[in-house]
Amino acid sequence: MQESFIPTNSVHGWGVDADKSVRPNYPMWKKSAQGTGAHWTEPEQQLGFNDFHSLERPGPTKVFGKTVAPSGLSGKIRKLAFSYGEGSFAHWMTLILADRINVVEGLIDDVTHGVMPGLLKERGWNVDKQFKTKRYKRVVNLSIMAALLPIVYFVFLKKKNPSNL
Amino acid sequence: MEHRLQCSVIQVGTKEADMIATNYRGPYRIRADRNKSMPRMEHPNDAIIRVTRSLICGSDLHLYHGLVPDCRVGSVFGHEFTGIVEEIGSSVQNLKVGDHVVVPFNIACGSCLFCQHQLYGNCNETAPQSAAAAGFFGYSHTTGGYDGGQAEYVRVPFADVGPFIIPDDIDVDDAVLLADAYPTGYQAAEMAEIKPGDTVAIFGAGPVGIFAAKAAQWLGAGRVIVIDKEDYRLEFVKRFAQCEAYNFLEMDDPVLFLKRETDFLGPDSCIDAVGCEASGSKLQGILGVKMLIQAGSAVAVQWAINAVKKGGTVSVVGVYGPTANLIPLGNIVNKGITVRANQASVKRHIPHLIEHIRNGLIKPSEVLTHRVPLEEVADAYHLFSSKLDHCIKPVLIPPRAA
Repeated sequence: MQESFIPTNSVHGWGVDADKSVRPNYPMWKKSAQGTGAHWTEPEQQLGFNDFHSLERPGPTKVFGKTVAPSGLSGKIRKLAFSYGEGSFAHWMTLILADRINVVEGLIDDVTHGVMPGLLKERGWNVDKQFKTKRYKRVVNLSIMAALLPIVYFVFLKKKNPSNL
Repeated sequence: MEHRLQCSVIQVGTKEADMIATNYRGPYRIRADRNKSMPRMEHPNDAIIRVTRSLICGSDLHLYHGLVPDCRVGSVFGHEFTGIVEEIGSSVQNLKVGDHVVVPFNIACGSCLFCQHQLYGNCNETAPQSAAAAGFFGYSHTTGGYDGGQAEYVRVPFADVGPFIIPDDIDVDDAVLLADAYPTGYQAAEMAEIKPGDTVAIFGAGPVGIFAAKAAQWLGAGRVIVIDKEDYRLEFVKRFAQCEAYNFLEMDDPVLFLKRETDFLGPDSCIDAVGCEASGSKLQGILGVKMLIQAGSAVAVQWAINAVKKGGTVSVVGVYGPTANLIPLGNIVNKGITVRANQASVKRHIPHLIEHIRNGLIKPSEVLTHRVPLEEVADAYHLFSSKLDHCIKPVLIPPRAA
Protein backbone atom coordinates (compact mmCIF):
# COMPACT_ATOMS: atom_id res chain seq x y z
CA MET A 1 0.00 0.00 0.00
CA GLN A 2 2.80 2.33 0.89
CA GLU A 3 4.31 2.09 -2.60
CA SER A 4 1.02 3.23 -4.13
CA PHE A 5 1.60 6.66 -2.57
CA ILE A 6 4.02 7.82 -5.32
CA PRO A 7 2.55 11.27 -5.88
CA THR A 8 0.72 12.21 -8.99
CA ASN A 9 1.97 15.12 -8.20
CA SER A 10 0.47 18.50 -7.48
CA VAL A 11 2.98 19.64 -4.89
CA HIS A 12 4.80 22.77 -6.04
CA GLY A 13 8.53 22.05 -6.36
CA TRP A 14 8.17 18.33 -5.66
CA GLY A 15 11.36 16.46 -6.36
CA VAL A 16 13.50 19.49 -7.36
CA ASP A 17 16.24 18.23 -5.05
CA ALA A 18 15.63 14.52 -5.56
CA ASP A 19 19.04 14.19 -7.17
CA LYS A 20 21.53 13.90 -4.31
CA SER A 21 24.24 15.80 -6.16
CA VAL A 22 22.26 19.07 -5.97
CA ARG A 23 21.83 18.86 -2.19
CA PRO A 24 24.27 21.27 -0.52
CA ASN A 25 24.80 19.00 2.49
CA TYR A 26 25.68 15.89 0.48
CA PRO A 27 28.05 14.23 1.14
CA MET A 28 28.50 15.27 4.74
CA TRP A 29 32.30 15.64 4.52
CA LYS A 30 32.95 17.72 1.46
CA LYS A 31 35.39 20.53 0.76
CA SER A 32 33.90 23.70 -0.63
CA ALA A 33 34.84 24.56 -4.19
CA GLN A 34 34.55 28.29 -3.40
CA GLY A 35 36.55 28.10 -0.15
CA THR A 36 35.28 28.88 3.31
CA GLY A 37 36.03 32.60 3.29
CA ALA A 38 39.02 32.08 5.59
CA HIS A 39 42.28 33.56 4.28
CA TRP A 40 44.46 32.03 6.98
CA THR A 41 45.72 28.54 7.67
CA GLU A 42 45.35 29.15 11.37
CA PRO A 43 43.38 32.06 12.82
CA GLU A 44 44.93 34.59 15.16
CA GLN A 45 44.40 33.95 18.85
CA GLN A 46 41.94 36.25 20.62
CA LEU A 47 43.45 37.55 23.86
CA GLY A 48 42.10 38.04 27.36
CA PHE A 49 40.55 34.65 28.16
CA ASN A 50 39.17 34.73 31.72
CA ASP A 51 36.83 31.75 31.74
CA PHE A 52 37.06 27.97 32.02
CA HIS A 53 37.86 25.62 29.19
CA SER A 54 36.84 22.01 28.81
CA LEU A 55 39.28 19.37 30.02
CA GLU A 56 38.84 17.81 26.59
CA ARG A 57 40.65 20.76 25.04
CA PRO A 58 44.31 21.70 25.33
CA GLY A 59 43.39 25.35 26.00
CA PRO A 60 40.93 28.06 24.96
CA THR A 61 39.71 28.24 21.38
CA LYS A 62 40.97 30.84 18.87
CA VAL A 63 37.97 33.05 19.60
CA PHE A 64 35.53 33.02 22.50
CA GLY A 65 32.66 35.01 23.92
CA LYS A 66 32.98 37.26 26.93
CA THR A 67 29.33 37.73 27.78
CA VAL A 68 29.40 37.02 31.54
CA ALA A 69 32.58 36.07 33.38
CA PRO A 70 32.19 33.55 36.21
CA SER A 71 31.79 35.22 39.58
CA GLY A 72 30.62 34.66 43.15
CA LEU A 73 29.53 31.35 44.58
CA SER A 74 28.18 30.15 41.23
CA GLY A 75 31.58 30.90 39.69
CA LYS A 76 33.28 28.70 42.30
CA ILE A 77 30.82 25.88 41.58
CA ARG A 78 31.43 26.28 37.85
CA LYS A 79 35.14 25.98 38.52
CA LEU A 80 34.46 22.68 40.28
CA ALA A 81 32.31 21.55 37.32
CA PHE A 82 35.14 22.22 34.90
CA SER A 83 37.39 19.92 36.92
CA TYR A 84 35.34 17.03 35.47
CA GLY A 85 35.38 15.97 31.85
CA GLU A 86 32.41 16.48 29.54
CA GLY A 87 31.79 12.75 29.59
CA SER A 88 30.75 12.77 33.25
CA PHE A 89 27.37 13.59 34.74
CA ALA A 90 29.11 15.50 37.52
CA HIS A 91 30.27 18.15 35.02
CA TRP A 92 26.82 18.97 33.70
CA MET A 93 24.77 18.53 36.88
CA THR A 94 27.17 20.77 38.79
CA LEU A 95 26.80 23.42 36.07
CA ILE A 96 23.00 23.26 36.37
CA LEU A 97 23.30 23.70 40.13
CA ALA A 98 25.54 26.73 39.55
CA ASP A 99 22.93 28.13 37.14
CA ARG A 100 20.25 27.98 39.84
CA ILE A 101 22.46 29.66 42.43
CA ASN A 102 23.33 32.25 39.80
CA VAL A 103 19.62 33.19 39.61
CA VAL A 104 19.62 34.15 43.30
CA GLU A 105 22.87 36.08 42.79
CA GLY A 106 21.18 37.86 39.90
CA LEU A 107 18.32 38.99 42.14
CA ILE A 108 20.75 40.29 44.76
CA ASP A 109 22.76 42.02 42.05
CA ASP A 110 19.65 43.72 40.66
CA VAL A 111 18.59 45.03 44.07
CA THR A 112 22.08 46.29 44.96
CA HIS A 113 22.17 48.16 41.64
CA GLY A 114 18.87 49.83 42.36
CA VAL A 115 16.85 47.74 39.91
CA MET A 116 13.66 46.26 41.26
CA PRO A 117 13.38 42.91 39.44
CA GLY A 118 10.00 42.74 37.74
CA LEU A 119 9.29 39.13 38.57
CA LEU A 120 5.97 39.09 36.78
CA LYS A 121 6.91 41.45 33.98
CA GLU A 122 10.11 39.53 33.18
CA ARG A 123 7.96 36.44 32.78
CA GLY A 124 5.92 38.30 30.16
CA TRP A 125 2.76 37.83 32.18
CA ASN A 126 1.60 41.25 31.00
CA VAL A 127 0.29 39.60 27.86
CA ASP A 128 -1.80 37.13 29.85
CA LYS A 129 -4.34 39.89 30.29
CA GLN A 130 -5.04 39.70 26.57
CA PHE A 131 -5.29 35.93 26.34
CA LYS A 132 -6.98 33.42 28.58
CA THR A 133 -4.22 31.35 30.13
CA LYS A 134 -4.01 28.99 33.05
CA ARG A 135 -1.67 31.00 35.18
CA TYR A 136 -2.25 28.89 38.31
CA LYS A 137 -0.86 25.85 36.52
CA ARG A 138 2.38 27.67 35.85
CA VAL A 139 2.68 28.77 39.47
CA VAL A 140 2.17 25.18 40.63
CA ASN A 141 4.75 23.87 38.17
CA LEU A 142 7.35 26.43 39.20
CA SER A 143 6.86 25.70 42.89
CA ILE A 144 7.22 21.96 42.28
CA MET A 145 10.45 22.59 40.38
CA ALA A 146 11.81 24.85 43.11
CA ALA A 147 10.98 22.25 45.76
CA LEU A 148 12.57 19.37 43.85
CA LEU A 149 15.89 20.94 42.88
CA PRO A 150 17.59 20.62 46.28
CA ILE A 151 16.40 17.01 46.47
CA VAL A 152 17.93 16.30 43.06
CA TYR A 153 21.16 17.81 44.24
CA PHE A 154 21.36 15.84 47.48
CA VAL A 155 20.19 12.53 46.05
CA PHE A 156 22.13 12.50 42.81
CA LEU A 157 25.21 14.55 43.43
CA LYS A 158 26.02 14.99 47.09
CA LYS A 159 26.14 11.32 48.07
CA LYS A 160 28.43 10.18 45.33
CA ASN A 161 32.13 10.52 45.58
CA PRO A 162 32.84 12.64 42.51
CA SER A 163 36.17 10.96 41.80
CA ASN A 164 34.33 7.68 41.15
CA LEU A 165 32.12 9.12 38.44
CA MET B 1 10.45 55.27 36.54
CA GLU B 2 6.97 55.79 35.25
CA HIS B 3 8.04 54.41 31.91
CA ARG B 4 9.20 51.24 33.60
CA LEU B 5 5.72 50.51 34.78
CA GLN B 6 4.47 50.38 31.24
CA CYS B 7 7.07 48.24 29.56
CA SER B 8 9.79 45.93 30.67
CA VAL B 9 12.75 48.13 29.76
CA ILE B 10 14.90 49.16 32.67
CA GLN B 11 16.51 52.59 32.53
CA VAL B 12 19.36 52.68 34.96
CA GLY B 13 22.73 54.29 34.45
CA THR B 14 22.12 54.92 30.74
CA LYS B 15 25.24 56.22 29.00
CA GLU B 16 25.65 57.28 25.41
CA ALA B 17 27.68 54.18 24.57
CA ASP B 18 24.96 51.87 25.86
CA MET B 19 22.42 49.89 23.93
CA ILE B 20 19.24 47.93 24.43
CA ALA B 21 19.80 44.19 24.82
CA THR B 22 17.96 41.23 26.25
CA ASN B 23 19.04 40.20 29.69
CA TYR B 24 18.40 36.66 30.96
CA ARG B 25 17.59 36.71 34.67
CA GLY B 26 16.68 33.08 35.32
CA PRO B 27 14.24 30.42 34.13
CA TYR B 28 11.17 32.04 32.51
CA ARG B 29 12.59 35.50 33.24
CA ILE B 30 14.04 37.79 30.62
CA ARG B 31 13.93 41.52 30.05
CA ALA B 32 15.34 44.22 27.82
CA ASP B 33 17.83 46.55 29.50
CA ARG B 34 18.95 49.89 28.13
CA ASN B 35 22.31 49.91 29.88
CA LYS B 36 24.15 47.09 28.13
CA SER B 37 27.55 48.36 27.01
CA MET B 38 28.20 48.34 23.27
CA PRO B 39 30.05 45.31 21.89
CA ARG B 40 33.79 45.75 21.36
CA MET B 41 36.16 44.37 18.77
CA GLU B 42 38.05 41.51 20.34
CA HIS B 43 39.82 40.00 17.33
CA PRO B 44 41.13 41.35 13.97
CA ASN B 45 38.49 39.37 12.06
CA ASP B 46 35.54 40.67 14.10
CA ALA B 47 32.75 42.83 12.80
CA ILE B 48 30.21 44.84 14.77
CA ILE B 49 26.74 44.61 13.31
CA ARG B 50 23.67 46.78 13.93
CA VAL B 51 20.80 44.33 14.16
CA THR B 52 17.82 44.86 11.85
CA ARG B 53 15.79 41.70 12.55
CA SER B 54 16.20 39.17 15.32
CA LEU B 55 14.13 36.05 15.78
CA ILE B 56 13.27 34.01 18.83
CA CYS B 57 14.04 30.39 18.06
CA GLY B 58 12.40 27.31 19.55
CA SER B 59 15.82 26.44 20.90
CA ASP B 60 15.95 29.81 22.70
CA LEU B 61 13.03 28.46 24.72
CA HIS B 62 15.29 25.74 26.11
CA LEU B 63 17.57 28.50 27.41
CA TYR B 64 14.60 30.53 28.59
CA HIS B 65 13.30 27.55 30.55
CA GLY B 66 16.72 26.98 32.15
CA LEU B 67 17.41 23.59 30.53
CA VAL B 68 20.78 24.38 28.97
CA PRO B 69 23.73 23.99 31.38
CA ASP B 70 26.08 26.94 32.00
CA CYS B 71 23.56 29.56 30.96
CA ARG B 72 24.59 32.49 33.10
CA VAL B 73 22.37 35.27 34.42
CA GLY B 74 23.05 38.42 32.40
CA SER B 75 23.48 36.62 29.06
CA VAL B 76 22.15 38.12 25.84
CA PHE B 77 20.23 35.57 23.76
CA GLY B 78 19.54 35.43 20.03
CA HIS B 79 21.20 33.50 17.23
CA GLU B 80 18.99 34.31 14.24
CA PHE B 81 19.55 37.84 13.03
CA THR B 82 20.30 40.12 10.15
CA GLY B 83 22.09 43.42 10.45
CA ILE B 84 24.12 46.17 8.88
CA VAL B 85 27.90 46.09 9.21
CA GLU B 86 28.95 49.09 11.32
CA GLU B 87 32.61 48.35 11.95
CA ILE B 88 35.12 45.80 10.68
CA GLY B 89 38.40 44.52 12.06
CA SER B 90 41.78 45.01 10.41
CA SER B 91 41.84 41.59 8.69
CA VAL B 92 38.27 41.55 7.34
CA GLN B 93 38.25 41.32 3.51
CA ASN B 94 34.86 39.94 2.50
CA LEU B 95 32.62 42.55 4.16
CA LYS B 96 32.51 46.31 4.11
CA VAL B 97 30.79 48.84 6.32
CA GLY B 98 27.18 49.26 5.25
CA ASP B 99 26.64 45.72 3.96
CA HIS B 100 23.32 44.20 5.00
CA VAL B 101 24.06 40.62 6.06
CA VAL B 102 22.37 37.55 7.42
CA VAL B 103 24.52 35.90 10.06
CA PRO B 104 24.43 32.08 10.39
CA PHE B 105 23.90 30.97 13.97
CA ASN B 106 27.15 28.96 13.90
CA ILE B 107 30.40 30.77 14.58
CA ALA B 108 33.02 29.06 12.43
CA CYS B 109 36.75 29.66 12.00
CA GLY B 110 36.77 28.45 8.39
CA SER B 111 40.07 26.65 8.73
CA CYS B 112 39.86 23.79 11.27
CA LEU B 113 39.44 20.20 10.09
CA PHE B 114 35.66 20.45 10.36
CA CYS B 115 35.25 23.85 8.70
CA GLN B 116 37.49 22.74 5.84
CA HIS B 117 34.89 20.06 5.12
CA GLN B 118 32.02 22.53 5.51
CA LEU B 119 30.92 21.21 8.88
CA TYR B 120 30.48 24.80 10.09
CA GLY B 121 28.16 23.68 12.89
CA ASN B 122 31.03 21.66 14.37
CA CYS B 123 33.90 24.16 14.32
CA ASN B 124 36.65 23.25 16.74
CA GLU B 125 37.94 26.74 17.44
CA THR B 126 34.97 28.72 18.74
CA ALA B 127 33.67 27.19 22.01
CA PRO B 128 36.28 26.76 24.75
CA GLN B 129 33.83 25.44 27.35
CA SER B 130 32.81 22.43 25.32
CA ALA B 131 34.65 20.16 22.95
CA ALA B 132 31.33 18.68 21.78
CA ALA B 133 29.52 21.91 20.89
CA ALA B 134 30.68 24.64 18.54
CA GLY B 135 30.30 28.39 19.02
CA PHE B 136 26.79 29.81 18.59
CA PHE B 137 25.59 33.33 19.18
CA GLY B 138 23.72 33.90 22.44
CA TYR B 139 23.40 30.30 23.46
CA SER B 140 24.98 29.84 26.93
CA HIS B 141 28.61 29.28 27.78
CA THR B 142 28.35 25.68 26.64
CA THR B 143 28.47 27.09 23.11
CA GLY B 144 31.17 29.67 23.74
CA GLY B 145 29.57 32.40 25.85
CA TYR B 146 28.95 34.86 23.02
CA ASP B 147 26.48 37.73 23.27
CA GLY B 148 23.53 37.15 21.00
CA GLY B 149 21.58 39.14 18.47
CA GLN B 150 18.51 40.04 20.52
CA ALA B 151 20.17 43.39 21.01
CA GLU B 152 20.79 46.56 19.03
CA TYR B 153 24.41 45.66 18.22
CA VAL B 154 26.33 42.42 18.22
CA ARG B 155 29.94 41.32 17.79
CA VAL B 156 30.36 38.82 14.95
CA PRO B 157 33.63 36.86 15.13
CA PHE B 158 35.17 35.48 11.91
CA ALA B 159 33.32 38.02 9.81
CA ASP B 160 34.99 36.69 6.66
CA VAL B 161 33.47 33.23 7.17
CA GLY B 162 29.93 33.48 8.54
CA PRO B 163 27.97 36.54 7.35
CA PHE B 164 26.28 36.40 3.95
CA ILE B 165 25.42 39.61 2.12
CA ILE B 166 21.66 39.71 1.46
CA PRO B 167 21.02 40.05 -2.30
CA ASP B 168 18.91 43.04 -3.35
CA ASP B 169 16.01 40.89 -4.51
CA ILE B 170 15.64 39.05 -1.21
CA ASP B 171 13.44 40.58 1.47
CA VAL B 172 15.08 40.97 4.87
CA ASP B 173 12.18 39.08 6.52
CA ASP B 174 12.93 36.09 4.28
CA ALA B 175 16.68 36.46 4.74
CA VAL B 176 16.57 36.34 8.52
CA LEU B 177 15.09 32.84 8.38
CA LEU B 178 18.23 31.74 6.52
CA ALA B 179 20.18 32.20 9.75
CA ASP B 180 18.82 29.01 11.30
CA ALA B 181 15.25 27.76 10.96
CA TYR B 182 15.03 27.30 7.18
CA PRO B 183 18.47 25.60 6.70
CA THR B 184 17.92 23.49 9.82
CA GLY B 185 14.60 22.24 8.44
CA TYR B 186 16.19 21.54 5.07
CA GLN B 187 19.13 19.70 6.60
CA ALA B 188 16.75 17.67 8.80
CA ALA B 189 15.02 16.42 5.65
CA GLU B 190 18.33 15.84 3.86
CA MET B 191 19.70 13.80 6.77
CA ALA B 192 16.54 11.67 6.71
CA GLU B 193 17.93 10.18 3.47
CA ILE B 194 14.63 10.47 1.63
CA LYS B 195 14.30 8.56 -1.64
CA PRO B 196 11.58 9.42 -4.17
CA GLY B 197 8.24 8.07 -3.00
CA ASP B 198 9.29 7.55 0.62
CA THR B 199 6.98 8.14 3.57
CA VAL B 200 8.39 10.64 6.04
CA ALA B 201 7.04 11.37 9.52
CA ILE B 202 7.98 14.70 11.09
CA PHE B 203 7.51 15.27 14.81
CA GLY B 204 6.92 18.94 15.58
CA ALA B 205 5.12 21.58 13.52
CA GLY B 206 7.17 24.51 14.73
CA PRO B 207 9.13 26.58 12.20
CA VAL B 208 11.82 23.88 11.76
CA GLY B 209 9.25 21.11 11.32
CA ILE B 210 7.36 23.30 8.84
CA PHE B 211 10.50 23.87 6.74
CA ALA B 212 11.45 20.19 7.04
CA ALA B 213 8.04 19.20 5.65
CA LYS B 214 8.49 21.56 2.71
CA ALA B 215 12.04 20.29 2.07
CA ALA B 216 10.88 16.66 2.26
CA GLN B 217 8.62 17.44 -0.72
CA TRP B 218 11.59 18.92 -2.63
CA LEU B 219 13.59 15.79 -1.90
CA GLY B 220 10.83 13.69 -3.42
CA ALA B 221 8.96 12.24 -0.44
CA GLY B 222 5.80 10.45 -1.48
CA ARG B 223 3.99 11.11 1.72
CA VAL B 224 4.80 13.67 4.43
CA ILE B 225 3.07 13.24 7.80
CA VAL B 226 3.50 15.93 10.47
CA ILE B 227 2.62 15.22 14.12
CA ASP B 228 2.09 17.97 16.71
CA LYS B 229 -0.41 18.97 19.37
CA GLU B 230 -1.25 22.52 18.32
CA ASP B 231 -4.09 22.53 15.80
CA TYR B 232 -3.25 25.99 14.42
CA ARG B 233 0.29 24.87 13.59
CA LEU B 234 -0.99 21.67 11.99
CA GLU B 235 -3.35 23.71 9.83
CA PHE B 236 -0.48 25.99 8.86
CA VAL B 237 1.92 23.21 7.84
CA LYS B 238 -0.82 21.40 5.92
CA ARG B 239 -1.27 24.48 3.76
CA PHE B 240 2.38 25.61 3.64
CA ALA B 241 3.93 22.24 2.74
CA GLN B 242 0.91 20.53 1.19
CA CYS B 243 1.26 17.55 3.51
CA GLU B 244 -0.75 15.54 6.02
CA ALA B 245 -0.88 16.75 9.62
CA TYR B 246 -2.30 15.05 12.72
CA ASN B 247 -2.77 15.96 16.35
CA PHE B 248 -1.27 13.37 18.70
CA LEU B 249 -3.61 14.41 21.50
CA GLU B 250 -6.34 12.74 19.47
CA MET B 251 -4.41 9.46 19.28
CA ASP B 252 -3.99 6.80 21.95
CA ASP B 253 -0.55 5.95 20.68
CA PRO B 254 1.17 8.01 17.95
CA VAL B 255 3.60 5.17 17.15
CA LEU B 256 0.73 2.77 16.57
CA PHE B 257 -1.03 5.42 14.50
CA LEU B 258 1.98 5.72 12.18
CA LYS B 259 2.26 1.93 11.91
CA ARG B 260 -1.43 1.67 10.96
CA GLU B 261 -0.98 4.41 8.37
CA THR B 262 1.94 2.57 6.74
CA ASP B 263 0.80 -1.03 6.44
CA PHE B 264 2.30 -1.78 9.86
CA LEU B 265 5.80 -1.23 8.47
CA GLY B 266 6.43 2.31 9.71
CA PRO B 267 7.59 5.43 7.83
CA ASP B 268 10.86 5.14 5.89
CA SER B 269 12.25 8.13 7.79
CA CYS B 270 11.32 9.99 10.95
CA ILE B 271 12.46 13.51 11.83
CA ASP B 272 12.64 14.97 15.32
CA ALA B 273 12.04 18.70 14.98
CA VAL B 274 10.99 19.21 18.59
CA GLY B 275 13.89 18.90 20.99
CA CYS B 276 14.07 18.70 24.72
CA GLU B 277 10.69 20.07 25.72
CA ALA B 278 8.49 17.63 23.89
CA SER B 279 5.05 16.92 25.34
CA GLY B 280 3.44 13.54 25.07
CA SER B 281 4.94 11.55 27.95
CA LYS B 282 4.49 12.40 31.61
CA LEU B 283 7.51 10.32 32.63
CA GLN B 284 9.82 11.99 30.10
CA GLY B 285 8.46 15.40 31.06
CA ILE B 286 8.96 14.96 34.79
CA LEU B 287 12.45 13.48 34.50
CA GLY B 288 13.60 15.83 31.75
CA VAL B 289 11.89 19.17 32.12
CA LYS B 290 10.77 19.32 35.78
CA MET B 291 13.62 17.48 37.52
CA LEU B 292 16.41 17.92 34.97
CA ILE B 293 17.86 14.50 35.76
CA GLN B 294 17.88 13.81 32.05
CA ALA B 295 18.73 16.36 29.38
CA GLY B 296 15.13 17.24 28.53
CA SER B 297 12.14 15.20 27.47
CA ALA B 298 13.10 12.88 24.61
CA VAL B 299 9.56 11.89 23.56
CA ALA B 300 10.04 12.81 19.91
CA VAL B 301 13.15 10.65 19.51
CA GLN B 302 11.50 7.82 21.44
CA TRP B 303 8.52 7.92 19.08
CA ALA B 304 10.73 8.31 16.01
CA ILE B 305 12.84 5.26 16.84
CA ASN B 306 9.82 3.13 17.64
CA ALA B 307 7.80 4.24 14.62
CA VAL B 308 10.39 4.18 11.85
CA LYS B 309 10.60 1.25 9.45
CA LYS B 310 13.29 -1.38 10.11
CA GLY B 311 16.44 -0.30 8.32
CA GLY B 312 15.07 3.24 8.15
CA THR B 313 16.58 6.57 9.17
CA VAL B 314 15.91 8.80 12.14
CA SER B 315 17.05 12.39 11.68
CA VAL B 316 17.43 14.54 14.80
CA VAL B 317 17.74 18.32 14.75
CA GLY B 318 15.92 18.95 18.03
CA VAL B 319 18.19 20.41 20.68
CA TYR B 320 18.97 18.35 23.78
CA GLY B 321 21.29 19.04 26.67
CA PRO B 322 24.65 17.29 26.61
CA THR B 323 23.97 15.11 29.68
CA ALA B 324 21.98 11.99 28.64
CA ASN B 325 18.44 11.01 27.66
CA LEU B 326 16.00 8.12 27.95
CA ILE B 327 15.71 6.61 24.49
CA PRO B 328 15.07 3.02 23.37
CA LEU B 329 18.64 2.24 22.34
CA GLY B 330 17.80 -1.47 22.11
CA ASN B 331 15.34 -0.79 19.31
CA ILE B 332 17.93 1.14 17.31
CA VAL B 333 19.84 -2.15 17.27
CA ASN B 334 16.82 -4.45 16.87
CA LYS B 335 15.55 -2.44 13.92
CA GLY B 336 18.88 -1.61 12.30
CA ILE B 337 18.13 2.10 12.33
CA THR B 338 20.49 4.76 11.04
CA VAL B 339 20.46 7.82 13.28
CA ARG B 340 21.65 11.03 11.66
CA ALA B 341 21.85 14.31 13.48
CA ASN B 342 23.76 17.55 13.49
CA GLN B 343 23.65 21.24 14.13
CA ALA B 344 22.81 22.65 10.71
CA SER B 345 25.77 23.80 8.69
CA VAL B 346 24.00 27.01 7.71
CA LYS B 347 26.63 28.59 5.47
CA ARG B 348 26.73 25.75 2.95
CA HIS B 349 22.93 25.84 2.54
CA ILE B 350 22.34 29.56 2.03
CA PRO B 351 23.03 29.94 -1.74
CA HIS B 352 20.89 26.89 -2.63
CA LEU B 353 18.02 27.91 -0.37
CA ILE B 354 18.06 31.46 -1.74
CA GLU B 355 17.56 29.99 -5.21
CA HIS B 356 14.42 28.24 -3.97
CA ILE B 357 13.11 31.58 -2.66
CA ARG B 358 13.91 33.23 -6.01
CA ASN B 359 12.16 30.46 -7.93
CA GLY B 360 9.02 31.02 -5.90
CA LEU B 361 9.12 27.60 -4.25
CA ILE B 362 8.94 29.06 -0.76
CA LYS B 363 8.31 32.28 1.11
CA PRO B 364 10.01 31.65 4.47
CA SER B 365 8.67 34.82 6.08
CA GLU B 366 5.16 33.32 6.11
CA VAL B 367 6.08 31.67 9.43
CA LEU B 368 6.64 35.08 11.07
CA THR B 369 3.41 35.71 12.94
CA HIS B 370 4.34 38.42 15.44
CA ARG B 371 6.44 41.56 15.06
CA VAL B 372 7.51 42.76 18.49
CA PRO B 373 9.72 45.72 19.47
CA LEU B 374 12.95 44.53 21.12
CA GLU B 375 11.92 46.43 24.27
CA GLU B 376 9.00 44.03 24.75
CA VAL B 377 11.11 40.89 24.54
CA ALA B 378 9.69 39.44 27.78
CA ASP B 379 6.21 39.43 26.30
CA ALA B 380 7.46 37.91 23.04
CA TYR B 381 9.15 35.02 24.86
CA HIS B 382 6.06 34.34 26.92
CA LEU B 383 3.80 34.53 23.86
CA PHE B 384 6.00 32.08 21.96
CA SER B 385 6.68 29.76 24.88
CA SER B 386 3.02 29.46 25.86
CA LYS B 387 1.81 29.28 22.22
CA LEU B 388 -0.53 32.23 22.78
CA ASP B 389 -2.34 34.05 19.99
CA HIS B 390 -1.51 31.31 17.45
CA CYS B 391 2.16 32.29 17.52
CA ILE B 392 4.47 30.39 15.18
CA LYS B 393 7.54 32.62 15.22
CA PRO B 394 8.05 36.12 16.64
CA VAL B 395 10.47 38.60 15.13
CA LEU B 396 12.06 41.29 17.31
CA ILE B 397 12.75 44.67 15.79
CA PRO B 398 15.30 46.89 17.56
CA PRO B 399 14.58 50.64 17.66
CA ARG B 400 17.75 51.40 15.66
CA ALA B 401 16.89 48.82 12.97
CA ALA B 402 15.85 51.36 10.35
